[in-house]
Amino acid sequence: MSRFLEATLALSLVATPAAADRLGLGRPALTEEIAAWDIDVRPDGQGLPEGRGDVMTGEGLYIDNCAVCHGDFGEAVGRWPVLAGGQGTLNHEDPNKTIGSYWPYLSTVYDYVHRAMPFGNAQSLSDDDVYAITAYLLYLNDLVEDDFELSRENFAEVRLPNEENFFMDDRDEVELPAFTREPCMENCKETVEITARAAVIDVTPEDTAARERRAAAPTAEPAAEVAAATPEPAVPAVSPEQVAAGEKAFRACQACHKVGEGAKNGTGPALNGVVGHAAGKAEGFKYSKAMAEKVETGLVWTPEALDAFLADPRGFMKGTRMAYGGMKDADQRAAVIAYLSTFAED
Amino acid sequence: MTDRSGASRRDFLRAGLAGSAAALASGTLARAAGPDPAITELQPWMTELGEGVDARPYGKPSQFEAHVVRRNVAWLTADPISSVNFTPLHELDGILTPNGLCFERHHAGIAEIDPAKHRLMINGLVDTPLVFTMADLMRFPRENRVYFLECAANSGMEWRGAQLNGCQYTHGMIHNVMYTGVRLKHLLDEAGVRTNGKWILPEGGDASGMTRSIPIEKAMDDCLVAFKMNGEALRPEQGYPLRLVVPGWEGNMWVKWLRRIEVGDEPWHHREETSKYTDLLEGGKARRFTWVMDAKSVITNPSPQAPITHGRGRTVLTGVAWSGRGTIPRVDVTIDGGKNWYQARMDGPSLDKSMHRFYFEFDWDGSPLLLQSRAHDSTGYVQPTKDELRAFRGVESIYHNNGIQTWYVNEKGEAENVEIS
Ligand code: HEC
Ligand code: HEC
Repeated sequence: MSRFLEATLALSLVATPAAADRLGLGRPALTEEIAAWDIDVRPDGQGLPEGRGDVMTGEGLYIDNCAVCHGDFGEAVGRWPVLAGGQGTLNHEDPNKTIGSYWPYLSTVYDYVHRAMPFGNAQSLSDDDVYAITAYLLYLNDLVEDDFELSRENFAEVRLPNEENFFMDDRDEVELPAFTREPCMENCKETVEITARAAVIDVTPEDTAARERRAAAPTAEPAAEVAAATPEPAVPAVSPEQVAAGEKAFRACQACHKVGEGAKNGTGPALNGVVGHAAGKAEGFKYSKAMAEKVETGLVWTPEALDAFLADPRGFMKGTRMAYGGMKDADQRAAVIAYLSTFAED
Repeated sequence: MTDRSGASRRDFLRAGLAGSAAALASGTLARAAGPDPAITELQPWMTELGEGVDARPYGKPSQFEAHVVRRNVAWLTADPISSVNFTPLHELDGILTPNGLCFERHHAGIAEIDPAKHRLMINGLVDTPLVFTMADLMRFPRENRVYFLECAANSGMEWRGAQLNGCQYTHGMIHNVMYTGVRLKHLLDEAGVRTNGKWILPEGGDASGMTRSIPIEKAMDDCLVAFKMNGEALRPEQGYPLRLVVPGWEGNMWVKWLRRIEVGDEPWHHREETSKYTDLLEGGKARRFTWVMDAKSVITNPSPQAPITHGRGRTVLTGVAWSGRGTIPRVDVTIDGGKNWYQARMDGPSLDKSMHRFYFEFDWDGSPLLLQSRAHDSTGYVQPTKDELRAFRGVESIYHNNGIQTWYVNEKGEAENVEIS
């Protein structure tokens, strides 16, 4: 320790006198560098960029960039987050916490959409775009009229209705006294009843089966459980390397598509058994009109057809609801198709 | 220390006695029906040569441990990219979590960052805004600390009642590793925090740009900027090459892929401290800035994924306990649903804001059990029941559910997640 202090001393002799107690590590950040990274916004408006955007502009941007997950009215598709509605539900069972019903500050909307949305293409929106989308989200929550324009100048005037309902953590005062005590150790109660059981609800993934197997054969190979959960490849002709590459490339699709055992429809249809089979066959999925027309004409997802579709979805199928720009790299497309071909129909 | 183990030893004897008095035909050892082939037959590994030294340049667990993995609950989230999986607590022992089994929670998937292109910036209310490379950070004095990281939503699915069958799912959003890193204070001092600098905003370099507001007192106290876990580089899932360590506070604040720290005079009220990580109470008001993790414990064995398979007789019960306010000097265990409690035997290092391991050995008479554990932390706080918590919070707060967990064990040794009166 003292050796380290000596070293510090030696070092500080070299450093400027003002920084005598510093190690002189790192370098000053440049203004441009700070500007590139420091995009955070606070409730008092600190950090807001110059700019403006109105509800109508925001509607168009929202439909193009956000509605596929969050729904046309912020009501959400599937399990994606709900962005609008829910006013008056906070003191009920199943409260619906949205920008309009729960969020305390509008600055949080601007900051978050600007830094993190659209999901998978963060920081692609201009400052004006974010003002417009934020204005539209206010409109979806019935907080402004359709002729509203949001700008840096009027931003701080907008208040969200739930702002007053947050308070600082008070567990130390409220709960700690009650939970700091010497508890009972002996003869603490006469009777004990089971009041709730997880098995009745039965929402635990796969383990129940594993448990039954184990109970039936306590010495069974543990590896059997994992093997049973791995889907049988239907078309084993493709190389394992390609499938592995495809699994990785499939990340670009995962936000909308599920594949594998028990895969359900999400924003896009479940993709089990698509390769080599007729298009539009995912049970319970509502396809677009464009897709329905293709299905009429007997479109089959041959590797070639898939390749063309994935390269340019809207080019291949004008009007498709698949809001995906396309996979430009041919090797990646081939890998994704190889990967998908390993999943048979359910 | 001696006192504690003395007390628990006495209690253990009492429990053992009660058990054997009840029904046990113990004392007689089971007899083999015939010679055990595991002994009498030559196994392949007894005669054949195994793989050489370079076959496994980065060693992996035995093939027979392939079931010991993180698992997720698909219905919890819309997709696996912004999602969570769970540490298999029932398969682990001791206090350290192996790096590959530490639960994951990402908001935009796993960022794969080239450390040569990673920078840490400190800006805002400082004398000199600074940029550090990874190499710069290595030149600050390093510290090694073991801390638990628990997601505030751990056990969040259990507010309305018993839901998930397995401590992996009910309690697996926690891990405990040794971090190597540098004090955040040293970095902040290097930039020179101005007197009006009251808060920091750490920011992640992934596509979610994770941000949280942290008061300067905590930042200057025990926070670390870490680059190693359990001796090796952070795993990409845990924020490689750099993450923030905020001991005892909710996991969401431990920003991964840390790229920037801003100093300010007020909190930022960002998405993860308004829309999320605020605790909605009955009546519609919500607590904000609920940072500290309250004392908590769970029995990991037996549990729904780890039933008793050996039948009646000697049984080892074990579990883990932790507190964001200090250490865990004591854990109580009951096997009859809380009629009688015994002090468990603590074993392994007792470190500040780290996981603790407890054991309770008893003779099982084969009758159904209702198992619970109750943590006491070094401030005197005692883990409450779920109903005691609900009395303060209602059932909609999602976060900070540290209520006592109950496992029902039936005559066959199978365990289930239940709640009791
Ligand atoms: C591919 C699906 C997808 C698209 C497209 C998308 N989002 Fe999101 N959005 C998400 C996910 C997933 C989250 C939650 C992320 C997390 O867990 O951190 C989210 C969260 C949000 C939230 C916070 C919700 C809350 O309750 O905390 C807002 C606001 C939001 N998105 C707005 C937008 C806007 C505006 C757009 C268009 C510019 C957009 N999103 C596009 C998937 C999407
Ligand atoms: C933003 C969401 C989204 C993304 C990302 C996306 N898809 Fe889709 N996908 C859809 C939707 C929605 C449909 C239904 C199209 C329609 O009805 O017009 C679809 C349809 C499909 C179909 C036709 C399925 C059938 O049942 O006939 C295939 C195959 C497909 N997608 C593959 C992919 C692959 C591979 C990727 C990644 C490279 C991908 N998609 C990325 C939303 C998406």
